[in-house]
Amino acid sequence: MTTGAAMGEARAASPALLRVRNLRKFFPISKGIFRRTVGHVRAVDDVSFDIQEGEALGLVGESGCGKTTTSRCILRAMTPTAGEMLYRTRDGRDVDLAPLSRRDLRPLRAEIQMIFQDPFGSLNPRMTLFDNVGEPLLVNGMRNRSERMDRVAELLRLVGLRAEFMHRFPHAVSGGQRQRIGIARALSTNPRLVVADEPVSALDVSVQAQVLNLLLELQQRLGLTFLFVAHDLSVVRHISDRVAVMYVGQIVELAPTSSLFARPRHPYTSALLKAVPVADPRVPTGDVLLKGEVPSPANPPSGCYFHPRCPFADERCRRETPPLRDIAPGHVVRCHHAERLELAGAA
Amino acid sequence: MAAPIDAAASATSAAEDRISVASNWTLVWWRFRKHKLALLSAGILALLYLVVLCPDFFSTQDPERTDARQAFIPIQSVHFFDEGRWSPWVPGVVGKRNPVTLRMEWGADPSRKVRIGFFVDGPAYKVLGVIPAKVRLIGPLDPSQRIFLLGSDRLGRDQWSRIMHGTQTSMTIGLVAVTLSVVLGIVLGGISGYFGGWIDQVIQRLIEILQSVPTIPIWLALSAALPRDWTPTQVFFAITVILSLIGWTTLGREVRGRFLALREEDFVLAAELAGCSRARIILRHMVPTFLSHIIATSSLAIPVMIINETSLSFLGLGIRPPAISWGVLLQEAQNIQTLALAPWLLLPGLLVIVAVLAFNLVGDGLRDASDPYSK
Repeated sequence: MTTGAAMGEARAASPALLRVRNLRKFFPISKGIFRRTVGHVRAVDDVSFDIQEGEALGLVGESGCGKTTTSRCILRAMTPTAGEMLYRTRDGRDVDLAPLSRRDLRPLRAEIQMIFQDPFGSLNPRMTLFDNVGEPLLVNGMRNRSERMDRVAELLRLVGLRAEFMHRFPHAVSGGQRQRIGIARALSTNPRLVVADEPVSALDVSVQAQVLNLLLELQQRLGLTFLFVAHDLSVVRHISDRVAVMYVGQIVELAPTSSLFARPRHPYTSALLKAVPVADPRVPTGDVLLKGEVPSPANPPSGCYFHPRCPFADERCRRETPPLRDIAPGHVVRCHHAERLELAGAA
Repeated sequence: MAAPIDAAASATSAAEDRISVASNWTLVWWRFRKHKLALLSAGILALLYLVVLCPDFFSTQDPERTDARQAFIPIQSVHFFDEGRWSPWVPGVVGKRNPVTLRMEWGADPSRKVRIGFFVDGPAYKVLGVIPAKVRLIGPLDPSQRIFLLGSDRLGRDQWSRIMHGTQTSMTIGLVAVTLSVVLGIVLGGISGYFGGWIDQVIQRLIEILQSVPTIPIWLALSAALPRDWTPTQVFFAITVILSLIGWTTLGREVRGRFLALREEDFVLAAELAGCSRARIILRHMVPTFLSHIIATSSLAIPVMIINETSLSFLGLGIRPPAISWGVLLQEAQNIQTLALAPWLLLPGLLVIVAVLAFNLVGDGLRDASDPYSK
């Protein structure tokens, strides 16, 4: 943890917008009629990172690695089991989001918004697009309907849609357009931190690029800060300044995008990079790098969580849990052998 | 050449625009409209509820008026023309005692024509118990005459008028009982689904207990426990409460299931993240999503309630005379004598069938239409 903090301070000329420290989210496993707790799924287990103002941090990993749980904790769609999430508000105060009550959270909701993965489920089918996009405005105090109309029209144009669309219902627009609507809704309250949970993975490939470019453009124009959750490394590479790789509830590597892709320090990152298909038939597909299954977060392996699948694992990896440590400026990794390994990056 | 194509194109886009801005209820209506049988049934139900609003207007006389000398008169046929002119009438009846069986045998008296008319003044009554009125949809021009459009029962009461009043009781009891069940079901099911935890456990176990008790015996027990000296109105409300106390469980389960599913929906999370209050999330986002489904389910529950009431009253445990319901009317047809000699007393049963069928068809249509996004 200390190293993670040191990394944050090393970068921080200005203090970070969000500092996550030792975040934990355990789900109890209960059995029997008395609902006795027999164990915990350690969905997020000691995660720490910083998000600087104006940057895009990518959070990647396989399904079930805890990246969505992490993002839901930051949004406080769920309450973390332990840890701190220090958020710097618009008026310069530092607030720990973790223990806030529903009532105390409400004024902060406008500042932290979310873009959803599923463009079909995230809009209320019984409300017009105006009501969908305008709802955050309404509940945050914009009572005047015509004022809201103007703002929604402006937002729709911002995401590249015609303002007349606002009278339609969600069933009348396409998936890509719905995702733009979702983005418009997330931006309606002028948020400072936007958590995007796989914002393009449910879209057609042709639409994916458009939506990604829109997000990049909006980030530059509005100075947004993004936490970008994805399983697709090529998408993350396109949009993120830094990338955090998660495995079984923990961050195993966090580095600036270019250095992570050029020279990964963790065998798992390297394996993920190799799994990205290259659009060139002359490039050999290579061997299947990862054997076995992702271990269950309810019963993680001893030592390094990755050792049962790691080709470089030795006795120490089986016994000793590696700490998250600095290996280069701004580059942290959770591996005993990070210095020794020469891992292949992506082209 | 180009013009018609343009016209066609703009026509389709106009239709598309109409769909684009169509609200959920509009889509439900468009889809329901395609279901002709359901539409017809809805019409029948509308007619029945018109009778519910003012049964006196539709009846020809006081349903309680007895006359032992006019018992078991068969259905009188209505004639609209007399010697080629518009002048509706029913033939007078004449009774002759059969010397062998000593039974009254009724026949038409061709020499006597009872003139009838539409919107005629009859005995005075009050609309909804307040507004005094005396105009009736159909009745004899001479108020001293009686007509029996659907025959009379063993006490010489007019079955047509009694059916109209029975319709009021039976259709109201179904509606009120279902409304009560819906309220109970939404509140308890909603609490169960939204809050979860131990309160969910308690409510779910309660539902299981209520559902595992055989309904007919418990109805019998509860109705038998009603004091005999209660007024018909008190009995009516007691029966309604008994019916709905048992009827809410299915709906409660469904509402809970919907809440559980909706709690995980992205648009509910989005509303939460937007800073909506709990009340707003429930009323603006969750309830409208399953409201059409609840309406469809309720319209399927009303006929069950009607049948339950009819069965209880038929057994003499529900609504009791002098109150009139379809079940009470059918009680008259309980013996073999009636079946053999006065089969028209079974007509209220036909009405039960028609009403139940209509409700079921409307409910089916609504259920199919309630999710306009499915194909």
